[in-house]
This record gives sequence, C-alpha cells and structure tokens, in this order.
Amino acid sequence: MRRILILFAHPVLERSRVNRRLLAMARDVTGVTIHDLYDAYPTLDIDAKREQRLLLEHDVIVFQHPFYWYSTPAILKEWQDLVLQHGWAYGHGGTQLRGKITLNALTTGGPASAYRREGANRFTIRELLAPWDQTAHLCGMRFLAPFAVHAALKVVGDEDVGACRAAYRTLLEALRDDRIDLDRAAAADNLAVALPSLIHREVA
Amino acid sequence: MTDSVLAQAFIYLCAAVIFVPIAKRLGLGAVLGYLLAGVIIGPFVLGLIGTEGHHVMHFAEFGVVMMLFLVGLELRPALLWQLRRPILGLGGLQVAVTGAVIAAAALALGVTVRPAIAIGLTFAMSSTAIVLSTLTERGLLKTGGGQSAFSVLLFQDISVIPILAVFPMLGVTVAAAVNDATAHAGRPAWLSALVVVGAVVGVIAIGRFVVRPVFQFLAAAKLRESFTAAALAIVVGIALLMLQVGLSPALGTFLAGVVLADSEYRHELETDIEPFKGLLLGLFFISVGAQIDFGLIGSRPLQIVGLVLSTMALKLVVLHVLGRIFGLDRPARWLFSIALAQVGEFAFVLLSFAVQQRIFDPELAKTLVATVAISMVLTPPAFIVLERYVLPRVTERGVDRPPDEIVDEGAPVVIAGYGRFGQMVGRMLRANRIRVTILDLDPEMVDVLGRLGVKAYYGDASRIDLLHAAGCAHAKLFVLAVDNAATATQIAENVRIHFPHLPILARCVDRPHYWALRSLGVRKVFRETFGSAYETGIEALKHLGFRAHTAHRLAQRWRKHEESSLEELGDVWRGGDRDAYFKRARGAMDEAERLMRDEDPTVYAGGDAGWNNESLRADAKIDTAAVDETETS
Repeated sequence: MRRILILFAHPVLERSRVNRRLLAMARDVTGVTIHDLYDAYPTLDIDAKREQRLLLEHDVIVFQHPFYWYSTPAILKEWQDLVLQHGWAYGHGGTQLRGKITLNALTTGGPASAYRREGANRFTIRELLAPWDQTAHLCGMRFLAPFAVHAALKVVGDEDVGACRAAYRTLLEALRDDRIDLDRAAAADNLAVALPSLIHREVA
Repeated sequence: MTDSVLAQAFIYLCAAVIFVPIAKRLGLGAVLGYLLAGVIIGPFVLGLIGTEGHHVMHFAEFGVVMMLFLVGLELRPALLWQLRRPILGLGGLQVAVTGAVIAAAALALGVTVRPAIAIGLTFAMSSTAIVLSTLTERGLLKTGGGQSAFSVLLFQDISVIPILAVFPMLGVTVAAAVNDATAHAGRPAWLSALVVVGAVVGVIAIGRFVVRPVFQFLAAAKLRESFTAAALAIVVGIALLMLQVGLSPALGTFLAGVVLADSEYRHELETDIEPFKGLLLGLFFISVGAQIDFGLIGSRPLQIVGLVLSTMALKLVVLHVLGRIFGLDRPARWLFSIALAQVGEFAFVLLSFAVQQRIFDPELAKTLVATVAISMVLTPPAFIVLERYVLPRVTERGVDRPPDEIVDEGAPVVIAGYGRFGQMVGRMLRANRIRVTILDLDPEMVDVLGRLGVKAYYGDASRIDLLHAAGCAHAKLFVLAVDNAATATQIAENVRIHFPHLPILARCVDRPHYWALRSLGVRKVFRETFGSAYETGIEALKHLGFRAHTAHRLAQRWRKHEESSLEELGDVWRGGDRDAYFKRARGAMDEAERLMRDEDPTVYAGGDAGWNNESLRADAKIDTAAVDETETS
C-alpha cells in the first residue's frame, strides 16, 4: 500500500468550486494525508524541515491546486524553492525523493479545448507543466500525467463535479493500492480522462 | 429631637454634595472639600452647626475604623508580614524620635517636663483618616512612599494603647493616677495582657472560622441587605470587642480585614462597607473642619500659626531623616514626610484624656486642639504642593544619581527607553549584530540590564547634551520607546530640532499621541498595543473557523485601512472640531466593516483582486457556450 500526500494550495478556498469538493472527498480516502499549505503557512513562512519529513513519510506526492497563469499559486513555488534543497532532493547526495511518484491535480477555468495548439492557450497542460515534469525528473521522481478538471468556472453545485470527484477517488485509491499502470499513466494527457483504461482489474 | 437629627443630617449631606465636587473640580481633592465644607457650615462662618459637632465627630470616627477594615481587606497576611520592618522599625522610630523632638521643643517653650512628654507623644501621631484617604484618592498608596506612610500609621494605631496607659502616670498626682489607671482597667497588668492577646486571637478565629459559614448561609438565602447587615455587624462587633479590652477598634477591624483578605467574600465585604465608610469619613472630615476655633486663632494668630508651622516642620525633618535611613529614594521620601507631617485625629482623644488626667490645663489644650485641626486641614493642600512643585523637581533631576557618563562607541542606533517595548527592538537589533546605545530613566532597569550584561546608560533622553553624548549626531536611527507620552513627545521634538537628519521610529500610547508625534515629523509611529491586538484578532478569526491564510489577508487589509484612516483622522483631529472627528471616525469604522464583509463584491478591489474569478466566470459563460457549440459540431 502506498501512502499518498496531497500538498494542497488554494489562496481563497472559500471561493473554490471544484478544489473544495475534491479535497473534501479526498479526506475520506484512507491512506491519504492532506496538507493545506496556505492554512499551514499563512505568511508563506514555510518550515522546510517539516515539509521534508512529510515527503519522506509518503510514496505518492500529489500537488493539488488551481491552474493560475499556467502554473500554481505562489506558495507552491515558494515550497519548491525552500523544500527541494540541493543535496537533499537533487544534486550530490540528493536522493531522498528518488522513486517516489508525483503528479499535479489541477483545475482550469477554461475548457479542455482551449489547451491545444489551435486553442486560446496554444499549449497543452502537459506542455505548460514542463517545469514540474523536469523538477520531478531531476529529483528522480516518476512524473505522471496531470489530473486536470477543466471548465471549473462553470461549476455551480455538487452535481456538476460528481463525475470528476468519483474519478479523483478512483485515482487516489488506485495509486494507493498499486492498481494503476504507471507507464501508461506517465504517458497519458489527462488522467481524469484516461483513467478507466489505466486501471488493472482487482488483483487477488 | 428627630427633627433636629434630620435637619442636621440634611445640612451635612448638602455641604458634602455642594463642596466636595467643587473641590474635586478645582483639583483640591475630596478630603479638602469636606474640611472646607465643615469650616463653612461650622460655628464661625455660617453657624449651621454648633458645638454638637464634637459629638458628631465622635460618631464619625467610626469611618476611620471602617477604612482600616477595608485597608486590611486589601492586605493579605503575607504582604503584611513583608511590611514588618517598616512597621516596627520605621513606625517605632518615628513615634519615639518625633515624640522626643516635640517634647524637647515644648520644654524649650517653657512647658514643664510631664506635659511636654504628653504633647510630644500626642503630636507624634499622624492622621490615618486624612493620609490614607488622600493617598488613595491620588493613587499614591501603592508607591514606596505611600507604603512607608501606611506602615507608620499602622504602628501609630498600635502605639495609642500604651500611650493611653502612660498618660495617667504623667498626671499631677502620680500615685493616684496609677491607682486610677489600674482601677479603671479593673484588673492587674498580666491579666490585661492576657485579655488583649485573647481578643486578638478571637478576632482571627472569628475571621477564619465564623464569618465564612455565616456568609455562605446568607449567600444561599440570597438576601442582599442581610449580607450588608452582617458585614456591618462584623465591623461594629469587633470594634466593640476591642473597646472592651482597651484596644484600638481601628486596629482590631484592620486585623479582621487582613484575616478576611484571602476569603472569597472579600469583594462583597468591600462593596458593602465602602459607602458607609465614605459617608462616615466625610462626616468626620466635616466635623474636623467645623471644630476649628477661629475665635481662638483670631485672638492669637501668630502663636497658633507659629505652632502649626513649627510642629509640621519638625515632623517633616524627622520623617525625612528616617526615610533616608530606611532607604527611601528622594521622591518617596518627600511623599512620606509631607504625608505624615500633620497631627492626627488621635490627638483629639489624647488631649481630652490629658486634660482629664490633669496633665495640663484646658486653656493649653484648646490651643493644641486648634493647632492639630489646622495641621490636618493643611495636609491636602500640602499634597497639591508636593505633586505640582516638589515631586516634578526631585524626580526629574534625579539628583540621587547623575546621568551616567556615556561612552560614544559610534553605535548606529540610539534607543531611548529600554522597558518591555525598547528591549524587544534592542534585542532584535543586537541579535543581528547591530550596536545600540541605550538610554533609560529607570535606575533599577539600568542595573538589571547591567546584570544581564547589557550596557544601558541612566539618563534623561530629553536632555540635549545627553543626546549629543549618545552619538545622535552620527547615528543612523533613533528608536523612541519611552512609555510616558509627554516625555516621548519632548524627546522627539528635541531630536527633530537638533538632529534633523536622524530618522525616528517611535512608540505612542494613543491616537492623539500618534498625531502629535507625526506632526513633529516622526517618520513611523507605532501604537504600543497594536501588534498584540492585531495578532489576537487574527487568532480570533482562526478560532471562528477562518482559514489561517484568509485571516491573515483580512487582517492585513484591515490594517492598511486602519493605518490610512488614522492618518486622515489626524487632520480632522488637528482641526479641533470634535464632532467632525467622531463623525469621521465612525465613518472609517463602517468603511472597515464594509471592506471586511466577504459578500461585498468590492472585497477584491484591493490587492486580492487577482484571485477574483467572478468576471472571468461571466466571460467564460459566453465563451464556453461558443466553444461547446463548436465542440458539438
């Protein structure tokens, strides 16, 4: 069983439509630790030692956040800068994260169709996540495709997120129970879409 | 009979109602107000009350008894034990030395030995009623000088008992008097001593074991007035017991008060007794005022005035010397000696007793009574002189200790005031290896810092020579952290005038102080409680379910609004129109609330608008509709 750490970053969770509901669901999944970064570090004064300890205690690191300006909210950048230290996460002797699995679970305001060459945003989510991909690579982590929920702005009530919420649960449980094809998950575009085909049948 | 009692009560009450507020308004204090009221309604001005004032005074003396009960309630046994040295040492020496000096002076004026001793002992007493009331009224009771004065008064109360025992021996026929004294007590000395000890133990036992269950019972019955009655009964009962065994009733109730200081009913007792004490003491002061025999004074003004002034001067000198021996600092010494320089109400009792014992003739006693009364009346004005003219001088100059020689080591920061506030700043700077020059006005603080290995200089930072010595001419920053608003403003002004290049960061006590400092050109002013209140506000929001980050953002937004409106309000305040000020201040508060309310769409108008996706949503609806169409197609 893999232990999952969700590093959650949303500056105005009170106004969130999708992330709030996804997070609430994730709390019910056993084996998942939720770490709300803006709540833990309201002044961005990140405790790097504590963060490193948390990383060591888990096998799957999920960065869950809204997709602000083709990237993450500010605190996740600060988190990267302070926690992923040279000699710990990368570089000479930096082997602590090696072999861990990581992915971004994100929400975008615009529709999926906007994230392609001919769309308004010109790049795919995967292309825009290149810095995260490379960061994972440098740290020796396995970078999976993002779990992206699009058109989050259109969401009004619980019924609008029913499908993606169930998908998120399936993903977390599959990661936890090692029932997901990691190679294909790494190659996919969006786990939220590709998920059903990536899951193994229940192994005895 | 009833008529005359009611009429009298009416006169006394009216006098109190009219004169006390006037006296307070004029800054003279309530005690002086009562005394003046007594003079005015007394036989020599309006004549509304006559010779019966004497009886009223006797009755009103009970106010002193109640006052000591209340003082006792404030004084836990442990605290009393701490005061044993000043009570026995300072008090004992005061009575002995003052008694001897006054007796010697009386001898020099031609009084014979025995009356001289009686006068000396009588005039050694001070007025518990006036001194404690005035000290409390002016908030000086808890100061070093106030505590010493209190200790001496306590000893005087105790010493009245042996003095009353000694007086008969000073009478004309010694043998008869001694017989008389023992006959009066009706029992041999050892038995008297035993009775006294028994009574004291009894008072303590009553306080410990009887009062609590009785009050518990009364509290359960929820009878407010029987509570008051019980409280009064305790005080009256103990006073009665003390009189029976020949002890001072004030002393007995004081003891009872101390015993009850730890009890859970302390507060109830205080509130029950307080109004009675206030009224009776007022009555007492009025009757002292009414007692002054202006006829006598008029016939021999120089003699009486001379007696009053020389008596007070002698007492003052003795008290001053004793204060010095007992290590009181200069301001405390002045307070202590001026407080106790008058002759007290015990003198009235002792003088009439002395006449009774034929120690001296009634004519002398009358002169002495007038002297005593005038010295009492002079005490509140003496306090005013002390506070307005003496204390500022002796405190400000701090003559006991000249300012330290400052070694200018070229430190970039000067900190004036190194209490809780200044220390925080100083420690933060020092932790970052920034050298600071520290000035503080509290010699104790300077010594404590010295023990901690921090070099601070004792000195008044409002003095320009000291600012120069501290290196203000080449410093980069001046941190103004003194806790006194007036001093802080003075320092800021001097720094601005003499070192205009030097930026100041200042602590302020309130809004007017904030604006005063800003007007002087102080760059940044910090309200001294703002930081902790701000943190508390954030924690409160968090406790009520706000996310930590949101609570911080809201608090920051509020703070910005608060700070800018504070600057704006400063202009209105300086304009002087208070109505406009309060109107504007209320507007600013409403504005802040509007700003905080999350539902308000303008909530994102400030720095957080970047997180607002409402307009995006509005746009997205159109866009996504269009996209959806293309997708379906």
